[in-house]
Amino acid sequence: MNRMSTEGNKAPQFDICILEELTQLTLLDLCHACAAQEQQISELVEIGVLEPKGREPAQWSFDGVNLHRARVALRLQRDLEVDLAGAALALTLLDEIASLRRRLNTLGDLVP
Amino acid sequence: MEFKDYYKILGVERDVTQDEIKRAYRKLARQYHPDVSKEKDAEARFKELGEAYEVLKDVGKRASYDQLGASYKGGQEFRPPPDWGTGFGFRGDGSAGDATDYSDFFSSLFGQHFRQGRARRPPPQGKGEDHHAKVSISLEDAYAGTTRAITLSVPTLDAGGHVSTVDRVLNVSIPKGIREGQHIRLSGQGGPSAGASAGDLYLEVEIQPHPYYRVEGRDVYLDLPITPWEAALGATVKVPTLGGTVEIKVPEGSSSGRKMRLKARGLPGNPPGDGYVILNIAIPPANTEQAKALYRKMEQEMSFNPRAGMGV
Repeated sequence: MNRMSTEGNKAPQFDICILEELTQLTLLDLCHACAAQEQQISELVEIGVLEPKGREPAQWSFDGVNLHRARVALRLQRDLEVDLAGAALALTLLDEIASLRRRLNTLGDLVP
Repeated sequence: MEFKDYYKILGVERDVTQDEIKRAYRKLARQYHPDVSKEKDAEARFKELGEAYEVLKDVGKRASYDQLGASYKGGQEFRPPPDWGTGFGFRGDGSAGDATDYSDFFSSLFGQHFRQGRARRPPPQGKGEDHHAKVSISLEDAYAGTTRAITLSVPTLDAGGHVSTVDRVLNVSIPKGIREGQHIRLSGQGGPSAGASAGDLYLEVEIQPHPYYRVEGRDVYLDLPITPWEAALGATVKVPTLGGTVEIKVPEGSSSGRKMRLKARGLPGNPPGDGYVILNIAIPPANTEQAKALYRKMEQEMSFNPRAGMGV
């Protein structure tokens, strides 16, 4: 995380960081960033969508990729009225589609 | 403001049952969900669907909306009737979409407080709400880093208790080596909080497709056209990379598809990505008499059958 200042003296200063390079989000951080309850996050851990380090919820530490996965899973659950297991399945398939697209792109078949 | 035809948005007739409304919404929501759909206007369509469903799934709100009659058409100029909304009870228990984005049309019919939509749970520790937005940059900017002015519409309460939005501009420096789909967190730039610290702002990075580079992770791929004689005889050729022009040695006897690695010529990082050049032999057009004569000479003097391995 680096302290940066924006152009000009009047602009506010704030800390920026690349989320995916973070490794130590706590359960509370994750709940907050997803506007979710601990119960929902625990459920996502149980069905394997999120993979924290640490055994007990109090020691859980999530990396930044988990935040993105949690947000997508919760959005799918809410907006499509499916349960978390259904959202998890959709997420797995979306990941697979994304990796296939990347692969296609590398092969040069998908250049617009 | 414009009248919104919620039935048309859901693609149903005005006399359908509640079950049919639910079915129509669910089907379209799967089709246009921004996390699932690749369609360009998916986000806008999905918001519209959420708003239509929010009204039509609730028998009370639907009855109210139906009171406006079928005489209005989508997009038509609309003003709510003076006696609007009397005798109906609304419940703000919406769950579809992001209710904060509902249209003015919706707010004029169902009140400002519905704009807050589903009751947002008070964030733990009293910290302000986190906000999320997208930022789109070029591959060159991702390579070198850049500064972007991000304009945020911030809802505020005016003296009369009405919600209005104020534009706030942030100059965000985007670190070099950022990749597609990564998120930049700006601490304290999200929703404010009375007493406690403000929420954070998350920017999802989108990298615009490049006319000739392709990116996978931190590696950058380039299809490099070469001439048949460069491929056959070997040559030193210039190659563009994000960090500037470099020269590579095309080995003698190269064929199309040959991949060559340019170490650490990809996106910066720890470790940095590599560049990959994929050779692609371009055939000179036979569009002059001289060029045709050269091809004919090759035909006569070179014994070359590219289909020899196929037994023909």
